[in-house]
Amino acid sequence: MARDTQALPVFRAEGLTRIYRTGAVEVRALRGVDLSLTEGEMVVLLGASGSGKSTLVNILGGLDLPTDGRVFFRERELTRASDRALTAFRRDHVGFVFQFYNLVPSLTARENVALVTEIARNPMTPEEALARVGLAARMDHFPAELSGGEQQRVAIARAIAKRPDVLLCDEPTGALDSKTGIQVLEALHEVNRDLGTATVLITHNAAIQRIAHRVVVLADGRVTRDEINTARVLPAEVSW
Amino acid sequence: MRALDRKLLRDLRQIWAQTLAIALVLGCGIMVMVGAQATQATLVQTQAAYYDRHRFADIFAGMTRAPAEIVSTVAMIPGVAQVEGRIGLQAVLDIDGMAEPATGRILSLPATGPTLNLPLIRRGALPDPSRPEEVALSEPFAEAHDLIPGSRFHAVLNGQRRELTVTGWVLSPEFIYAMPPGALMPDDRRFGLIWMGEGAAAAAMDMQGAVNELALRLTREGDSRAVIDALDTLLDPYGGTGAYGRDRQVSHAFLDGELSQLGAMAVYIPPIFLIVSAFLVNMVLGRLIAMERVQIGLLKALGYGRAEIAGHYLKLAALIGVIGVGLGWGFGWWIADAMIRLYGDYFRFPFILRDWGTRALVISALLGLATVGLGGLRAVWSSLKLPPAEAMQPPAPPVFARGMADRVLAALRLRQTTMMIFRSILRWPGRAAITLFGVSASVGALVMSYFMMDAVELLGESVFQQANRQQVTISLSQAQTESAVQDATSLPGVLRAEASYVMPVRALHGHRSRLTALQAHFPGTELARLVDDAGAVVALPVDGVVLPEMLARALGISAGENLRIEMLAAPRAVLDLPVARIIPQGLGQEVHIAAPALFAAMDSVPQVNMIHLAVQSDRMDALNAAIKETPAIAGLTDWAEVRRQFDATLSESLLTMVLIYTLIGVLIAIGVVYNAARIQLSERSYELASLRVLGFSRAEVGYVLVGEMMLLTLLAIPAGWVLGVFLAQGMVGAISTDMMQLPFHLSRRTYALAALAVFLAALGAVLMVRRRLDRVDLATALKSRA
Repeated sequence: MARDTQALPVFRAEGLTRIYRTGAVEVRALRGVDLSLTEGEMVVLLGASGSGKSTLVNILGGLDLPTDGRVFFRERELTRASDRALTAFRRDHVGFVFQFYNLVPSLTARENVALVTEIARNPMTPEEALARVGLAARMDHFPAELSGGEQQRVAIARAIAKRPDVLLCDEPTGALDSKTGIQVLEALHEVNRDLGTATVLITHNAAIQRIAHRVVVLADGRVTRDEINTARVLPAEVSW
Repeated sequence: MRALDRKLLRDLRQIWAQTLAIALVLGCGIMVMVGAQATQATLVQTQAAYYDRHRFADIFAGMTRAPAEIVSTVAMIPGVAQVEGRIGLQAVLDIDGMAEPATGRILSLPATGPTLNLPLIRRGALPDPSRPEEVALSEPFAEAHDLIPGSRFHAVLNGQRRELTVTGWVLSPEFIYAMPPGALMPDDRRFGLIWMGEGAAAAAMDMQGAVNELALRLTREGDSRAVIDALDTLLDPYGGTGAYGRDRQVSHAFLDGELSQLGAMAVYIPPIFLIVSAFLVNMVLGRLIAMERVQIGLLKALGYGRAEIAGHYLKLAALIGVIGVGLGWGFGWWIADAMIRLYGDYFRFPFILRDWGTRALVISALLGLATVGLGGLRAVWSSLKLPPAEAMQPPAPPVFARGMADRVLAALRLRQTTMMIFRSILRWPGRAAITLFGVSASVGALVMSYFMMDAVELLGESVFQQANRQQVTISLSQAQTESAVQDATSLPGVLRAEASYVMPVRALHGHRSRLTALQAHFPGTELARLVDDAGAVVALPVDGVVLPEMLARALGISAGENLRIEMLAAPRAVLDLPVARIIPQGLGQEVHIAAPALFAAMDSVPQVNMIHLAVQSDRMDALNAAIKETPAIAGLTDWAEVRRQFDATLSESLLTMVLIYTLIGVLIAIGVVYNAARIQLSERSYELASLRVLGFSRAEVGYVLVGEMMLLTLLAIPAGWVLGVFLAQGMVGAISTDMMQLPFHLSRRTYALAALAVFLAALGAVLMVRRRLDRVDLATALKSRA
């Protein structure tokens, strides 16, 4: 399961620093992070809570801007893009999956996916996206009528329906038990394998790192480890 | 349908009660706008068509007697297109089944057929000129007495009792609003118009070859001012009583006054509703956006741009606007129908040309949508500024820093739940301000509408209780010496008789002039008195005249200056008299003078042409019978009857209006309080549920919600009173005319009723929300964020 290391970089981050100020309190979430991500790669970003994982992913996805440092998506520098350009970037290139699914409660599974397919450039149909995550039978259910695992799979379908270049997943299994968590990981794995979508998977669950091509560990706003996983396994083989 | 639009509809369904509350407030404003404007446009259009088809004259003039040939002379005045002369006279009528005498105004029909003020035959035919006993009657009067063609009744014409036969029923553009002389409103039973052949009228009144009234139509370029001046000069030798345009023609002036009142309503009332609904949209949309903060962040993460997200929420506001406008249109049409029917009872139009108020529909829709758009915009704007990553985080808890107010609150040693109420108001002053404003607007709207009732009641009080305490006023065919009062005392049932002298005059000051009446008050008068707006009896100065404010303003005259008075009937004296006093008197248009001062200035013995009577109530029938038999009496006013009519009209139309206004005024309060309370509940459900978990009872937790709303309501009431005073003042300015000024007076009852209605409405609304508090599932409420 070795990967062609000559693949092109999708993301390149240089010296990212992010400082949050609330009143008198100053929180340094990132303290000079360098990172790159190549085509088709699945990276697991490990770290304790507060280590800066989510901040890093939000900046990569154009949801937040660093206090200092630069981010490139392919040849474009995101850190200098306007709000309008960032919106277009998210619309065309990035799929997000969040820990709490973030589905619109007043829309059905199909409609939640349609929310994206209606504005994307070359999307798959909501039906196809939902079929990919094994939810063909539950398309007309509202989020409240779906289990946690199903909701997360709707969120994945929504994220992949636009055929994004990169999938950013922030603790996608964090709110799930291990059995449903593994189903979700399988969905992500298949998308990465079949569509070649570069995937960043944030977790604080060390067991999950075994499914990645590469593991990056963050601690206290810095990268403390960045290594290729030579013993990659399928999600079904993981347990926690 | 796009997924985002589907979300919109489902969101709207979630907040349907709040949406409806806002739509109703907005709808009320639109309803008044559309209703008043459609009614006004309908009446204006009907009036114009009626005037045009029936050739309503532009200028009117009266004189004692002029040769019929004067008509051709008048026709030569530049600007005159058409002239018609006629004989007009007042007569006492004796109708079967009616104890008291009625008053009739007799009008001659030209032998060649009328060419101006064409009577419209509604039933039967016009009288045959060769049959002197035949007459046509005004339809309302004939209807009231069931005088169908062929019926007979008696009239005293020129001192002679005659039997007349009805040939038909007629309506005329001259008498859309048929006011009996000396009355305050139309009285179809006691006042009728009688059309009679010219020959018959001339014979009956000794006016062969003569006329005493002229009606003129102007050419397109005709200048009414110049024609009136020319007429006054021309008619002076014939005892001219002054020419006047449509603006002083009673029926036209009243109709116009009513129309401008409708116009004022369409302009003054809706803005309150529109402003309140803009605030409500802002409040509700603001809350919805706060609750959907995470969803907004998500939409941004998915790649939706600011414009799309803003558009999404503005669409929601627009939908509320569309519902409100739709409701307003529907109710507006309905109310226009009702008002047109109500006006139909007052004004006698032979037909109604319905105007659908298209202009009002378009304007109201634009205003309505702009209103909600503006309200929505502010709320939406705040949501757009959040970066998506931050939007998806739950909002930070509000900062409660300790300030001055807290030290005060702490010093008061309030219960914690009471403290929560005060803290919430202090921490969200903007929202408290919107609630305050909305509730006070509701109080203000009610004060303004109840004010109309106050004003009319005060007028009634001043006219009936203070100024006219006589039961009956009789007018004499000719002025007589003071001995006539002695004769009147001998009429059956008369307890007291007082003399009065009223003379049509032209009042002049500089280049300004007004046609009005001069009223001489005899010393020792106790029945008919001069009273100002405050209800105080005005003592007449020994010298000089007393003028009501409106007349003084119209003439540009102040106390101390000289007023020229030209009498427009015999003895046609011209007097220069100093203005001794100017008094506030809303309905007053007349010049007042002490009788001794007048007759001294005229150098004549005192004269009497009106007599006020105090009558034993059980002898009215005998008095009426005697008056019918007395040729010297030309007419009579039964004040008890006038009062009855006044009260009946008041309770009918005014009460309906007040009920409608109360309903819509109260709707504002409900809309505001319901929405504010719902938002409180949704924002604080976590907090309130926590209180329940801690062991507070439902009542104690409900107190936090109800207490805050009712405290704000109580604070808003005095502010609303003040707002109402301003609104009522605006109303006075808007509907006052040359002929009438509403007295500015607000009763305690008005303040109390407005406060009570709003208080109860607010309580009802907040209790509706409080019921939801009982249904909150504690476990879920504690889990949910935001």
